[in-house]
Amino acid sequence: MDQPAGDKPLLALRNINITFGGVRALRDVSFEVRAGEVHCLAGENGSGKSTLIKIITGVYRPADGAEIEFDGKRYSHMSPVFAHARGIKVIWQDLALFSEMSVAENIAFSEVVGRGVRLVDYARIRSIALDALARLGVSLDVDLPLKQFAIAQRQIVAIARALVGEARVVFMDEPTASLTQSETDNLLAIVRNLAASGVAVVFVSHRLAEVLEISSRLTVLRDGRLVGVYPTAGMTQSRITELMTGRTFDAKVRAASRDDRRVVVEVDKLTRPGQFSDVSFTLREGETLGITGLLGAGRTELAMTLFGMLKPASGTVRLDGRPVHFSSNRAAIDAGIAYLSEDRLSLGLIQAQSIADNLVIASLRKILSGGLLSPGRKRDLVDRWVTDLGVKIGRPEDAISTLSGGNQQRVAIAKWLATEPRLLILDAPTVGVDVGARAGIFDIVAQLADSGLAIILISDEVPEVYFNADRILHMAQGRIVGSYDPRTYSLHDIEAAVYG
Amino acid sequence: MAKFFRTHATETALLVVIAMISLILSFATDRYFTIGNAFDLLNTSSVNIIFAVGLLVVLIAGGIDISFAVAASVVQYGVALFIGWIGGGNWAIGLVVAGCIGVALGSINAGLIQMLGIPSIVVTISTFNIFFGFLMFFTKGVSIYDLPDWLTTRVVLYERQMADGSWVEISLPVLVMVLCVAATWALITRTTVGRQLYAFGDNPEGARRFGINIAFMRFLAFGWLGLMAGIAGLVQAHYAQEVVPNALYGRELDVLAAVVLGGARLGGGKGTVLGCVLGVMLTQITQNGLNLMGVSPFAFKMIVGAIILVAITLSSSQIERLLPFRRHQGTTR
Amino acid sequence: MSALLQRLNAPFVRDMAGPGFAFLAVLIAFSLASPQFLSGATFGSVAFQLPELGLLTLAMLMPIITGGFNLAVTFTANLSGLTVAWILRANGGVDASPMVFAIAVVAAIGVGALAGFIMGLVIAFTRAHPILVSLSMMIFLRGLGEFLTRGGDVSGFPDFVHPIGHGSILGIPVPMLVFILCVIAWHVVLTRSRLGFSTYMIGSNIEATRYSGINTRRVVILVYTLSGVMCAIAGIIMMARFNSVRVGHGESYLLITVLACFLGGVHPDGGFGKALPVFVALIDLQMLSSGLNILGANQHLATAVWGLLLITVMICRWLVLHVRFNLAPDRR
Repeated sequence: MDQPAGDKPLLALRNINITFGGVRALRDVSFEVRAGEVHCLAGENGSGKSTLIKIITGVYRPADGAEIEFDGKRYSHMSPVFAHARGIKVIWQDLALFSEMSVAENIAFSEVVGRGVRLVDYARIRSIALDALARLGVSLDVDLPLKQFAIAQRQIVAIARALVGEARVVFMDEPTASLTQSETDNLLAIVRNLAASGVAVVFVSHRLAEVLEISSRLTVLRDGRLVGVYPTAGMTQSRITELMTGRTFDAKVRAASRDDRRVVVEVDKLTRPGQFSDVSFTLREGETLGITGLLGAGRTELAMTLFGMLKPASGTVRLDGRPVHFSSNRAAIDAGIAYLSEDRLSLGLIQAQSIADNLVIASLRKILSGGLLSPGRKRDLVDRWVTDLGVKIGRPEDAISTLSGGNQQRVAIAKWLATEPRLLILDAPTVGVDVGARAGIFDIVAQLADSGLAIILISDEVPEVYFNADRILHMAQGRIVGSYDPRTYSLHDIEAAVYG
Repeated sequence: MAKFFRTHATETALLVVIAMISLILSFATDRYFTIGNAFDLLNTSSVNIIFAVGLLVVLIAGGIDISFAVAASVVQYGVALFIGWIGGGNWAIGLVVAGCIGVALGSINAGLIQMLGIPSIVVTISTFNIFFGFLMFFTKGVSIYDLPDWLTTRVVLYERQMADGSWVEISLPVLVMVLCVAATWALITRTTVGRQLYAFGDNPEGARRFGINIAFMRFLAFGWLGLMAGIAGLVQAHYAQEVVPNALYGRELDVLAAVVLGGARLGGGKGTVLGCVLGVMLTQITQNGLNLMGVSPFAFKMIVGAIILVAITLSSSQIERLLPFRRHQGTTR
Repeated sequence: MSALLQRLNAPFVRDMAGPGFAFLAVLIAFSLASPQFLSGATFGSVAFQLPELGLLTLAMLMPIITGGFNLAVTFTANLSGLTVAWILRANGGVDASPMVFAIAVVAAIGVGALAGFIMGLVIAFTRAHPILVSLSMMIFLRGLGEFLTRGGDVSGFPDFVHPIGHGSILGIPVPMLVFILCVIAWHVVLTRSRLGFSTYMIGSNIEATRYSGINTRRVVILVYTLSGVMCAIAGIIMMARFNSVRVGHGESYLLITVLACFLGGVHPDGGFGKALPVFVALIDLQMLSSGLNILGANQHLATAVWGLLLITVMICRWLVLHVRFNLAPDRR
């Protein structure tokens, strides 16, 4: 992309420092973005991307000495109302929308903020909202409360909100996280249009393919420090990963044939109308089956059905040759099925509770002694798994939220291994896990497979299943549309099939 | 209109239930479906409706308040002492003093919540005990019967004799109630800070990123409830023609039940003035109807409690998927 | 070795800090204010008055840990007491046999359990807010009780009921013994049973608990049923203490039970809280009340001071947190 406004930055930050609870979250960071540019901000979780965005928009105030230059003027810090009025807009990762309020009010919420107590001009709010949606080429009923809309539509609302008024710089923090491929394509087109009209767009995404496709420059942060600013032209995904983590990775296909092993799971024509249909596969001891496909392909629903939390409408599941019908996930766990949720923060682990309690929660029966929970047995169980999986913890009584994403995921895996499963279903096991820690998770998965566990690995990132599974199933619209062996297909072939 | 029913499901349901109960009562009793009875209902519901719209604002902002009813008792004593001290006074002075004391008591709650960063239920259960304990201690539980004439004289704003000889009348409490309802409606739907209250209750972090002043939100919500509680206290003293220290003790939970029945959500971001008024009216109409049908007064509360329990059970199970249960919403379904 | 000791003690010390601090403060303040305070008489008055409030607080404790509330505790206790009273009256009144009393106690516990079970059922299956469900149950039970008794007292019990409220064994009042047994039972349930474990997990995140293979509905129903059982025990003790049952007895305890839980370090949003710190918090409250009584003040002043005590503990906790972290981030 060219730079219509020349090389002078529209927004520049220098000497940004901020400390939280004694930890320096950002250290001498500088950042700049030009008008009409799509600029990518890259870094692992906790590298300081979101903190930087919050400083630019005035949610946080940086330490003294900071310099923020916007449109030729200098400021020591920002305030949310001020930043918004100057055209600095954000699409937050969590959207920060108000579910009970109408779509119109969500989009034009800045109309009711600041400037003292005033009367609300609903007609104006409505027209602002309709105008913003029209610019996106979308039509929604702006009078309905936001809660009546699906997540993808809420994403649209959040984008529309950022376009209200005169947008000069738009920050997009993981805007594609909950979008399907076609919705993502749509969004990327919007981003290009914005940039073409002279708006500076700062794009944050963990999907490196998107980053390479959309941006012209790249700023990389690591551990709260600036690594550097690079042109995107000539970059590769692995080079970005290296810059983000400071380490090099070489991936190789782990697939092997397990045809001589005993069959653990046989799924035959499993169907849940509207979610998935006619799903059949077999899985052997020591085998890792990768299931990939776009969001909404029915992968998670399939996993939840195997796990006994949803009931199939038809079809059968056999475990070790015997047909099984689960009344609840407890029955599935007892039969030897474990399911690592894709949503570790709110479903996989109980963030407020301790590491030890999270680890034993699914296998309480194993630590009973005389009908009561035995602290000694609990300690033994926790010590064993913490050691086995190499989890780095302070004390077992500490809240699990004190651990890094990678260590939390190890505890979550340990929690299921403690139930001594026959089949382990891993649903997006690297979401929220730093690139550097992902390899460690997959090393564990490989060891588990070697020890005879049957594993289903679900991921929407094709490389993840390509390098770690023995076989890959491609799901689309609830059906299995392709089956691949990583040893005979190239990564590129499978990506082309899945991402279309 | 159809859109109103879709976006105001609770209010619609309440209207239907009230209409059904009214229909049954109008067949079952002669007295129910008369203008006189309707006005009686308004007169007796006034105090609770004023409390309810005040509490609604706190619930919308994501808080809860247990202390407002005993705060109103404190206000009654404060006003009685003040007008005794200045010797006389009138409605204007009374309302201003009541409002000021109420706002001050509400601000204590807001200040503690804001400073200590602890949930409003902990703070207001503490202040509930503090207000009530000190009130009973200093008054020694003694009631005040000798109130000035302006406070005890019934002010009838509109009266008319009906064909059957009975009188219908609208008295001052109804006017005050209508003003409080209108003011609260204007605050939460027509002003920018009102919309900020909804946003703050709905998604506090999102509101913070917009630069909404959280301390101001808390003082506004609890201050408004304090104001309403102060006014309701004075009106109740006028209605009862006496000031009894424990007269309003226990009212907080009845009002809370009615407000939530009217669609406000514990946890914030949701609730309308209309629903709130209908919630109070439903409980009042039920009691009134039972009374007219000659049911023992001892059975009123039992039936009202059962109705609320059934209403909650039905409404919660129907729209379960729309309601996030506390903090955790099942994301996969 | 010392490291191990530190590890064992740390959570216990943390839980006990609030109520323990209040305990010392109350003890020292009243010992200085009145020489009579540190005496057997004070112990006696605390020991006799504590159990009613204490048992109701235990009934409130488990629902709060699940992130809920049981606002029906006092009236559930009343109705259970009424059940005993009626069964005694219908079977000879003052001449009723111990066997009848035993049956009556079982029936009362059944009534308490039923009230809790219904609340648990509604909360577990509809996901309506527990405050609402228990509030409407409270209004219903109060109405039911007033309807059945016409607002009057029920009395006339056999003589052997009297010692349950007023007797002592080895110098310890019988109600206190019952209460201590219940505290121990609750402590064991919460710390050592699967039900207790699940109670904490549900309080922090009910969906994640369900995903971990715990039948969360069953746990919620059981918690409220047990809460109802504890109410019934409180109701029976209250009946024996007052020698009569009246709907509304102990009504003023309702919000005090919540206050006692918070003072005992129970987290208002659920997930955390232990029986023993709550026990200490209850002793604090009762000592305050007895101490003020010795100084000539009435129960109402004690009520106000209870509220102030909770606020004071919260302020101290705030100070400790802010001094420790030196308020480093300006997160505003």
